[in-house]
Amino acid sequence: MAPPRLNISIIILRRYPLLQNIVANGLIFGGTYAVLAAGFALVFGVARILNMAHTAFYMVAAYIIYAFISMLGMGSMLVSVLAIIIAVILATVCYILFIDRVKQHDLTVMVITIAIGMLFQEIILLIFKGDYHGVEPFIKGYLDFGKVRITYQHIFIILSSLIALGLIWVLLAKTTMGIAIRAISQDRVAANLMGINVSRVILITVGVSAAFAAFAGAVVAPNLTIYPQMWMPPLITILAAVVLGGLGSLKGAIIGAFLLGLVESAVVFLVPLGGYLREAVALVTMLIVLLVRSEGLFGIAFEEEKL
Amino acid sequence: MKPFIRQISWWFRNEILAIPWRFISFAFIILLFFIPLFTQQPYILRVLIITNIFVLFAASWDFLSGYTGQFNLGHALFLGVAAYTAALLNTHLGLQPWATIPMGALVALIIGLIVALPALRLRGLYLALVTLSFPIILIGIVNAFPDFLGGEVGIYGVEPLTSSRVLAYYMVLLIMLISVFIMWKLTDIKSKLVRIGIILHAIREDEITARASGIDTTRYKILAFAISGFLAGIAGGLYVHFVQVAGPSTLAISLSFNALLFTIFGGIMTIYGAVVGTYILYPVIDFLRLNPFMDQIRIILMALMLIFVMLFMPGGLTRWIRDRIEVDCPRCKIINISSRRLCRVCSAPLHLDIKRKSGV
Repeated sequence: MAPPRLNISIIILRRYPLLQNIVANGLIFGGTYAVLAAGFALVFGVARILNMAHTAFYMVAAYIIYAFISMLGMGSMLVSVLAIIIAVILATVCYILFIDRVKQHDLTVMVITIAIGMLFQEIILLIFKGDYHGVEPFIKGYLDFGKVRITYQHIFIILSSLIALGLIWVLLAKTTMGIAIRAISQDRVAANLMGINVSRVILITVGVSAAFAAFAGAVVAPNLTIYPQMWMPPLITILAAVVLGGLGSLKGAIIGAFLLGLVESAVVFLVPLGGYLREAVALVTMLIVLLVRSEGLFGIAFEEEKL
Repeated sequence: MKPFIRQISWWFRNEILAIPWRFISFAFIILLFFIPLFTQQPYILRVLIITNIFVLFAASWDFLSGYTGQFNLGHALFLGVAAYTAALLNTHLGLQPWATIPMGALVALIIGLIVALPALRLRGLYLALVTLSFPIILIGIVNAFPDFLGGEVGIYGVEPLTSSRVLAYYMVLLIMLISVFIMWKLTDIKSKLVRIGIILHAIREDEITARASGIDTTRYKILAFAISGFLAGIAGGLYVHFVQVAGPSTLAISLSFNALLFTIFGGIMTIYGAVVGTYILYPVIDFLRLNPFMDQIRIILMALMLIFVMLFMPGGLTRWIRDRIEVDCPRCKIINISSRRLCRVCSAPLHLDIKRKSGV
């Protein structure tokens, strides 16, 4: 008797809870990475800034939430908004002070943003010391899907990252500012000639990108260990995701982020001591893609960067 | 014999004493050789030895990234690989430092060739990202195999470089001076013996034009990676035998970042800039460690300084000073001290362009 022709992937999912775990965790990792990578790609596309301090704002947001909840016990929604506002202010101030005058030199900007990231790390180390912290989840409780347990917090993370990605899409596709941003990332000189105030749009993009980084940090804060070097692992993954998808392509960055989220969660679940190999696997994936197709999966080949 | 001595003394007076920057370097090298005669405090010698090792490391970064233009953000890869190789050879096979250091450097050279493979196709930001990723991958591997590679604590019990610290000082100093001298000569554009300097310069300025002029840029880029990896590997071997531990900190991003900081502070694209930058910054950073409060804000100060140097002194400290104490003769292009009014060789007036500088 021939077996019923069911969707094979559903059978595999039912039979192996490991796979379900991998997919669930992959979506959670991937959602956060996608929000971070989208902001990162936005700034790179518009201003040609490879912002290595991007995840520093994610860290700042997580620390602000930790500080308010542990000291004052304030409501988490309000604190999240505050964290986003502070991150935006910090990002724009850093941009005006440090980046604006050297923005023609890609590599100089990159080195300066690494320095800014380390500056944030050390200032936080000075204020909060190097201890490991955690934050209570905003929403308690969990759901059982077969053998996989998913907390409401995880569902909240996935939903809010989808909302954030939707907001970015609305911003880019439906508003005048979004049209200006896309115009500048296509051709800066022509956009300038059409009467777009390029430096103002770049400043706003930097702020928006920091806002999304802070949003991601605020949403996943309960899911993380909070410590001063916490900006490094996601930074490496989103760099890999952005290069994987193709520098300058927003769609590529988001798809790359979800892909790497799944790969990382597979490594964590399948390989012993895999927690240490998370970044290594992401970077090896990036290297392979760059060697095979140097403009990434969805990237535009910039003539001046190819050989 | 006599004409030879006269020739040497003529060369010394006209090529070293007459040019302030060369005279300062000469005096500084002499001073370095005599330091153990004045003080033999273990702490001071330790700081100077590590400074010398980092000079070698930073100069090899400058050779590859500053001079050849192949921006390498993960230079600690070479140092770390050589350090781990030397430590493993020493602890497992019992080889002595004179054997482990060259072998570590050779492994670093091979790693340099492997890194060069993607580098041949990429440049600019992409290259920086790829090179940044190699040491991070290696840190992951080190942590995933704690039994063999020591995990987060590292490999302990590596033999010391030599029995006495003074001897180690002279050894490291000599290796550093010879390697830096080799790199400085290799990057000499005016040299008639070595062609590689001007070729690497051309690759940095415009690779496509260099290729169009008939230069096999691939070969020279691989060569630059190999030389830089080998010398950084020597630094790694010396480092691991001096501190006697090979840990993940030899691969850390902050170490690659130190090479960047020292070189950019001293002056990128000049090998001696890396020497000056390291000799000024590393001892200062290490002395700050003695004070508990300064120790906490040490990295903040470093990061701020890097930002300000990049914003306001993009040529680095050495260029900034050289522009003030030296001037090229407008007629015969010979370097003169800027306090002279006439050139020391052709007696042409030196300061013709003063009016242009003041904006008249």
